Amino acid sequence: MGFYLAQLLTGLANASSLFLIASGLSIIFGVTRIVNFAHGSFYMVGAYMSYTLVTLWSGSILGYWGGVILAAAAVGLIGLVIEMTILRRIYRAPELFQLVATFGVVLIFQDLTQAVWGAEDLLGPRAPGLDSAVRIFGEPIPEYDLALIAIGPAVLLAIWLVFHRTRWGVLVRAATQDREMVGALGVNQAWLFSAAFVLGAFLAGLGGALQIPREAVSLQMDLSIIGEAFVVVVIGGMGSVTGAFVAAVLISVLNAFAILIFPQVSIVLPFVVMAVVLIVRPYGLFGKPGSEHGAPVEPEQPLTLMGQKGLMVMIAAVFVLALSPLAVADFTTILLVDVMVATLFAVSLHFMMGVGGMVSFGHAAYFGVGAYAAAMGVKYFGLGMVPSMALAPFCAAAAALFFGWFCVRLSGVYLAMLTLAAAQILWGVTFQWQDFTGGDDGILGVWPAQWASSDRVYFYIAFVLCIGGIWLLRRAAHSPFGYTLRGVRDSRTRAEAIGVDTRFHQWMGFTLAGTLAGLAGVVFAFSKGSVFPDTLGIALSIDGLIMVLLGGIHALAGPIYGAVAFVMIEDWVTRLDYWRFIFGAIILVVVLLAPDGIAGGVHRLVRMIRGGKA
Amino acid sequence: MTLFRRTVLGALAALPLAALPLTASAQETIVLGEVNSYTRLPAFLEPYKKGWELAVEQINAEGGVLGKQLEVISRDDTGDPATAIRIAEELVSKDGAVLIFGTFLSNIGLAVADFAKQKQVLFLASEPLSDALVWSSGNKYTYRLRPSTHMQAAMLAEQAAKLDAVTWATVAPNYAYGQDAVEAFKRELTKLKPDVEFVEEQWPPVFKIDAGSTVRALEQSKPDAIYNVTFGGDLAKFVREGSLRYLFEDRDVVSLLTGEPEYLDPLGNETPEGWIVTGYPSMAIDTEAHDAFETAYMEKWGEKPKTGSIVGYNSILSIKAALEKAGATDTEALLQAMEGLEVPSSPTGPFMFRAADHQSTMGAYVGKTGLVDGEPAMIDWFYADGADYLPSEEEAAKLRPAE
Repeated sequence: MGFYLAQLLTGLANASSLFLIASGLSIIFGVTRIVNFAHGSFYMVGAYMSYTLVTLWSGSILGYWGGVILAAAAVGLIGLVIEMTILRRIYRAPELFQLVATFGVVLIFQDLTQAVWGAEDLLGPRAPGLDSAVRIFGEPIPEYDLALIAIGPAVLLAIWLVFHRTRWGVLVRAATQDREMVGALGVNQAWLFSAAFVLGAFLAGLGGALQIPREAVSLQMDLSIIGEAFVVVVIGGMGSVTGAFVAAVLISVLNAFAILIFPQVSIVLPFVVMAVVLIVRPYGLFGKPGSEHGAPVEPEQPLTLMGQKGLMVMIAAVFVLALSPLAVADFTTILLVDVMVATLFAVSLHFMMGVGGMVSFGHAAYFGVGAYAAAMGVKYFGLGMVPSMALAPFCAAAAALFFGWFCVRLSGVYLAMLTLAAAQILWGVTFQWQDFTGGDDGILGVWPAQWASSDRVYFYIAFVLCIGGIWLLRRAAHSPFGYTLRGVRDSRTRAEAIGVDTRFHQWMGFTLAGTLAGLAGVVFAFSKGSVFPDTLGIALSIDGLIMVLLGGIHALAGPIYGAVAFVMIEDWVTRLDYWRFIFGAIILVVVLLAPDGIAGGVHRLVRMIRGGKA
Repeated sequence: MTLFRRTVLGALAALPLAALPLTASAQETIVLGEVNSYTRLPAFLEPYKKGWELAVEQINAEGGVLGKQLEVISRDDTGDPATAIRIAEELVSKDGAVLIFGTFLSNIGLAVADFAKQKQVLFLASEPLSDALVWSSGNKYTYRLRPSTHMQAAMLAEQAAKLDAVTWATVAPNYAYGQDAVEAFKRELTKLKPDVEFVEEQWPPVFKIDAGSTVRALEQSKPDAIYNVTFGGDLAKFVREGSLRYLFEDRDVVSLLTGEPEYLDPLGNETPEGWIVTGYPSMAIDTEAHDAFETAYMEKWGEKPKTGSIVGYNSILSIKAALEKAGATDTEALLQAMEGLEVPSSPTGPFMFRAADHQSTMGAYVGKTGLVDGEPAMIDWFYADGADYLPSEEEAAKLRPAE
């Protein structure tokens, strides 16, 4: 009895930590619609600042809690600066574009934090007065855990009071439901957004600061918390603080008990719970069906077929690419294969997001299935390179067909998060099922057949498959199927009214995108000679997302610009010290100069030059 | 200022398609390619980099190797195996590296090893611990320096067998390293003491341990002793939550790598007393070779050497020995030199690379954790020679795939 109570209390203490960071994320999303990747960075910086302050004033109770509050306030201030200098300028950009900016911020903070506090983990002091355990039913329970269990609900109550008893809070809730209407009523949206962002950043900083007595402050804190924080927000319902609390308790307590029975479960548990919740309740536990709308929806420009000049430029570019191995060094052809793989991956994701209107946070799943299927074909089933290459995209298609069936039942960010859950579950299985997939030691020795092993020959194989795949997706976008898909994206109701089976079209669009991502994975596997679970991981999904958004989601050429720029810049910049800072800064500059993505920027540039001539 | 200069020079040298090969200097230098996850794991790789930079500087000051200066081109793989492969390719085919060394994460080590086999270039895996690297996935072109998971687990099993403990619980991060470490420890301990019983195992995700719940789960099984494989941030959390909940009271704890300064130092005054660990006692080592290394390191970097420093330093010593033995820089000559290569003197003592399984016999230090003058330290330690914890060369050869 005492044991289970103790386990429950441990779970609740974890829940409070998780709730603090998730609540801030939820508030920021609810009001500003920003999917804030930098939230983990706020959490980490809060922890580092509080480490410094708490160590400085160590020993005194006032010093400890003062340090925690001050650190959180400082993070709130950082949030304000970021909101005012960066995010405020791009609220009118296409949906989710702000995510790219927050990704840049994450990179910058990783290097800044390392430069300021050093690489070594830092273990702060325990909280004065709460530094030991008390016995409850004979079981030792840390006093600090009890404090956390009290702090979580207290913060929830405080947020509730602010939202229900102050005018500002009422406005925030109104903005969460319909921010255009709030704007129409004469409320200064800019300040409302800033304040919500500051509150969110403050809560993240507080969450990080309160971790000092529990864990060593490290540079991994930002990325290790962000995934789980998103999961909690989505399970609770985006924008619902109460939902975030319930979800945090659910996840943490489940985990505390699940590891008693099945210790390996922690790596996928949150994602399994999220998948189940989303399948049963498509808007999370406390989310409302309407609550994802209200973002400024610009009517998208219809896609136009390329003009004659544009077509010639493109053919010329492909032609140059085809001839490039004759002119450049062997190494460059390998880099070009990487560029082509990334481009096909980004174009397939763009087909799903831009043409199909379905955002995916887990597109790497199909890339990885393709790569693994090819690797297993060669290693376990003794197939040659060509049969494996032919077969693997169908495995990716099967996976996309299966997960897509569930995903297309949702919409918006919830759909995106379900794709993420699917990818994480696949990743977890691959990671854990060592006998079949090799676990994180991966599958080695997946090299091209003898006749294709030279860099140049493999370049042409990759060229044919990738350019062919890109052409196929382009063709599909301009086909009746593509037109229908875009119709569904722009107005599901109208599409249904003219007799389109909207879900079926989206499902097939999802599957087609997944298949082509699988093809990219196949080309990738043979070019690297080995596959690892990273090919299904969040990092790759996010890279793809950044490529598509950075390139410009409204143009078919967008993902091509995005992927080429991303891979080339990364290849160049990682040679430098502090490359994450530089990379992040480059991303921010692009974001601020071209809120419509690189494609939009190029388009405006071309028009300007033409205008200048005329 | 040097930082600024390095950045600018780096930026200039790295302009991507300005691929002017640096053939001018190729005459006087031997280029070594190095790839590692510097931004992913800075806490462990900064000391490592300082270690090999010191070795290169010393060797070049003494006139280099084969009459040429050593030049290391070092790149960050961002923690991604695919990127590591691309970089390795560039180092070999564009920069003219005669061999590749480095890597920390086991999966990247394995990926680069497989690349080395495909492209027929020598790869010295400095840091990765995975047994697969030299055994089940071993290949002709890959050698490994650091004592492997198996070796370090065997060192601990030997000490664990001397304890009275019969029931054991294990806690390890849930990935290949943790799984290998637990399996090897179980195997070796059962061999030495057949009546031991493993009553509980916990597998927290790496760097995401839910320490409170994990500690409770271990406590519930009431083991006599605990075998720990968690490290880094997970270790700090585990130690703190465990001591708060009296998990370590009257219990033996045997812990892999915890004596390495990278992991031990952050624990500060909360360092648990009397854990049996493998590690590196750094300044406490009093051999002539180590003192010389220690002084030079302190002078250059102003801090004490860590495990990574030793690994980085010994990597370059091994490469120097190989180049001198080969008398040439082509892969065939280097491969021949690596077989049974002896490194007669290093800060940790002499070691050699076994011809049968390409594992070096560099050892590790085994001792207990404790506080000396309020600082975490290893006490009662001794140097465990790697050769004593490896299967015989005949047995090891059987573990490798046929060439």
